[in-house]
Amino acid sequence: MLTKKQLFTQGMMDISPHMLSVIPFGIICGAIGVELGFDPYLVYAMSFIIFGGASQIVFLQLLSGGASSLVAVTSVGIINSRHLLYGAVLSEYLEKLSFIKKLLISYVVVDQGFAESNKFFKKNKTEQHLHYHLIGTGCTMWVCWQIATLSGIILGSFVPEELGLKFAIPLTFIAIVVQDLKKIDHVIVMITCGLSSLLFFDAPFKSYIIISPVIALFVASLILRLKK
Amino acid sequence: MTWFSIIVAGILTYFTRMTMIALVDREMLGDRIKAVLEYVPSAVFPAIIFPAIFINDYGSFVEMNDPKIFGAIVAIIVGYFSKNIIATIISGLISYWVLIFIFNF
Repeated sequence: MLTKKQLFTQGMMDISPHMLSVIPFGIICGAIGVELGFDPYLVYAMSFIIFGGASQIVFLQLLSGGASSLVAVTSVGIINSRHLLYGAVLSEYLEKLSFIKKLLISYVVVDQGFAESNKFFKKNKTEQHLHYHLIGTGCTMWVCWQIATLSGIILGSFVPEELGLKFAIPLTFIAIVVQDLKKIDHVIVMITCGLSSLLFFDAPFKSYIIISPVIALFVASLILRLKK
Repeated sequence: MTWFSIIVAGILTYFTRMTMIALVDREMLGDRIKAVLEYVPSAVFPAIIFPAIFINDYGSFVEMNDPKIFGAIVAIIVGYFSKNIIATIISGLISYWVLIFIFNF
């Protein structure tokens, strides 16, 4: 049985490689906000209040492009709606927590944290304080994101744009799913999702980000039915 | 007004995180749904990966010889065999840089 501290540390360790892409991306996000002409306090407040990478940039880009607040807010909601799926998966492991703890832990659920903690949970179902792993991944992400966006806001885009570090984001997610390429059913689900995202890329409010997972999960349910 | 929008966007985002964890009882989900949820990572992350590789900043498709496609392929191969996140990211970035800085793609 691992202690709370061990689980928390394990969570930190498991997510830290992803900081290689999260930190440059955070710096870029902060810098873009200021370049678009927004109040630096406002740009930073988003990292605290929304705490959701790409959705923060989209929000500011939409507003500065003349979109209404309603459109910007709706887009953030839709982009982040994928967390509903993460929550549905994680709820299995967080069932026993008190309501207050569930409310608190929810704030730190992020893409990479969900992915790494979910992998850990699947392998260690019997551990008693599993949620400390999720707190470890989430808090590491939170601290790095705050520091990275803040540095981008204060120092500007000191990461040279020519390096194309935005490309590190898809690479991070490739690292997360690459081992599932061994399983043909997962490959089919991934390709379905990927192609759908390209097909629906121009759908309003960036809704491709939730439309394609829904299509892919539908395909997954068909696969499960065929397997039986 | 912008401040107000950020707070609303923040509350919305928090609800997307919290709803399924705190408000929905897991027993409300049937066994079939639970089995489908196993596929969530494979069903969600390609929606972030594909557009970031195949669509450029102006919203149109990249050419087939785009350095990002090459970088992604290298990262997939290295990631598959190394099972190492850092190696995956670094190999993808370096192969991408080699193409854009040395071969001027």
